[in-house]
Amino acid sequence: MLKIQKKQGVSQEFDALLRILSVVVALIAAGIVMAFLGYNPIELYQKMIKGALGTDFNRAATVRKCIPLLTMSLGVSIAFKMKFWNIGAEGQFYMGAFGATLVWMLCPDLPIYVMLPLMALAAIVSGGLFALIPAILKHKLGTSETLVTLMLNYIAIKWITYLSLGPWKDPGEGGQAKIYAFTENARLPEVFGVHIGWIVALILVVAVYILMRFSKFGFEIAVLGENPDTARYAGMNVTKTLIIAVLLSGGICGLAGMLQATGSEGRLGDNISAGLGFTAIITAWLAKLSAPMILVSSFLFAVLLQGGSSLGALTNIPASVAETIQGIILFFVLASEFFTNYKIVFKRKEAKK
Amino acid sequence: MKRFLSLLLVVLMAFTLCLAGCGESNDDNADTGNEGNLTKEDIKAAFLYVGPIGDLGYSYAHDQGRLALEAMGITTHYVENVPESSDCEATLRQLCDEVYNVIYATSFGHGEWVEKVAKDYPDVYFGHATGYITGDNVGNYMGRVYEARYLAGIVAGLNSESGKVGYVAAMPIAEVIRGINAFTLGLRSVNPDATVEVIWTNTWFDVTLERNAALELINKGCDVIAQHCDSTAPQVAAGEKGVLAIGYNSSTPTAAPDAYLTAPLFHWDVYYKQNIEAIINGTWKGESYWEGLSAGMVSLDTLTDNCAEGTAEAVAEAEEAIKSGELKIFAGELKDNTGAVRVEAGAEMTDAELQSFDWLVEGVIGSIN
Repeated sequence: MLKIQKKQGVSQEFDALLRILSVVVALIAAGIVMAFLGYNPIELYQKMIKGALGTDFNRAATVRKCIPLLTMSLGVSIAFKMKFWNIGAEGQFYMGAFGATLVWMLCPDLPIYVMLPLMALAAIVSGGLFALIPAILKHKLGTSETLVTLMLNYIAIKWITYLSLGPWKDPGEGGQAKIYAFTENARLPEVFGVHIGWIVALILVVAVYILMRFSKFGFEIAVLGENPDTARYAGMNVTKTLIIAVLLSGGICGLAGMLQATGSEGRLGDNISAGLGFTAIITAWLAKLSAPMILVSSFLFAVLLQGGSSLGALTNIPASVAETIQGIILFFVLASEFFTNYKIVFKRKEAKK
Repeated sequence: MKRFLSLLLVVLMAFTLCLAGCGESNDDNADTGNEGNLTKEDIKAAFLYVGPIGDLGYSYAHDQGRLALEAMGITTHYVENVPESSDCEATLRQLCDEVYNVIYATSFGHGEWVEKVAKDYPDVYFGHATGYITGDNVGNYMGRVYEARYLAGIVAGLNSESGKVGYVAAMPIAEVIRGINAFTLGLRSVNPDATVEVIWTNTWFDVTLERNAALELINKGCDVIAQHCDSTAPQVAAGEKGVLAIGYNSSTPTAAPDAYLTAPLFHWDVYYKQNIEAIINGTWKGESYWEGLSAGMVSLDTLTDNCAEGTAEAVAEAEEAIKSGELKIFAGELKDNTGAVRVEAGAEMTDAELQSFDWLVEGVIGSIN
């Protein structure tokens, strides 16, 4: 008789091995699918790697994809640690980008060293406040934050669409629904060919790591996540911790929006996240919410995304095949989660464990 | 934890190395250089489509042009679903870094990225459909499809009973506005009281939005649905509701057999063939190519049996008049839909004015903002 059993303690080595193994198996499985479709899988993988890391431009493009992904993963990881299921990175991203753009619209002539910090601050505040809505609803009315954050995403995206159709539409774009492009004083400068968002993101990795690992606040978040009653019993101010953590989580996602708008895109638009707010949930989860591991998982996903998109650009493989490969890899990696936490035992009658 | 820290360091290093690489010069990419002209064998032409080829619309029509080049023996390549965002730049650069030396970007919104990338690849020939950019290595091309739309307007006018025609339009850019206006003028040339009601979808390809827009127009009493968007959804919706439809881009009588009247068509192969030949002959120039019915760049699809009697004759007559130059579509007197005179009697709009069209003619219900 087969039985699924929860594992007691899983060694870190085993965990890491399992994850690596699952990626390898996924690549093989995706390869088989590609072979069935009549493509040479080895050649395709080579092209994907080359497309993500092969040329200067490709490397820069990969890093550019990594920046918002990494930043938003860090953002949601804080909320997840508290078991506050913030699925709203996408919405907080757009509200952050909106807040930043608002600063530029209101005072367009500020010098760049005042403009950018002010935009970043506005992004953090708007993203944070937007994330606070589901937190307050949950706290006061007991609503599900998963649903509320998810649905708020669409409100945020439609808000940007509305701005691009009317109030902030640039008449110079010949009728296209595009918001005004940022002037030079609101564009992130570049270092090594990529906008400085990458430095901000790396600083955030360290900051979030220290915050979650070594600070009292990080400890409170973890305890609150494990058991709110324990937290209360230990004399923590649960409400305060919840609010600050959510503000921080949403604020970081909002900052990602500002980085993307002023760095990569050069203007606000309702398509600038490219859905990375949802991918960020996966990367955060795969990394077990640990900041350094999030850096690894985000980077690998950026390679996968960029490799896939260059596969679409350079081969006549339909874009859907590249997406299928990504899906298969995701499926296997997520399935490995199961084997990390559970084992299947073949149980005999007298067996006990 | 030490493991994490060391891992962090390793990734950090990889990250920085990677970035350091980006800072290096780009010169090694520009090796597509050619002293003389490209030969037929050298040419590697890549096409960027904003939607999937399977849209049976705009991207499909361009792909027919690409296939015509293949038939000539030219090596071609295409990329579908290229968004009008910074991803477009990435796609363009990857293609240039690869072997491609002729690039056709087929959507208006690809333009700003073409302009940016073309400067870094002086040896690559760029063509931008529906755009306006010209440069040392950039040209633009378009069909005067408004001429075919005028004819489509005549078809609509002779087949609508209510005199109310719906128009599902993508976005209020000059090209689309010009099409609506030509269509309306054609419509009112045979039915002076008829109106065209416009709904904007603000996207080039969205099956659901286009379908909903068509249904809304039908509910408002429109009995012919025309479109300037890339899917066949408006035609299908018209077929389901028992009204008539006019397609766009490519011939799609099978999408809604009972509704389909005709469609203004593009024949992009006309341009692509002569553009490639110009490259081979060394006569290529970064210029604007804008041709219509007489050059065969556009046409009206063969009328189906759904059309009322006499339609074909009226269309043929107008077509001849346009080709001969006897019939000028945008000649005065023209009023806008607020009643103000915009083109005086005896005057004709210039190409420059047509390319920045930003008002709707009398008879159009709708606004640009």
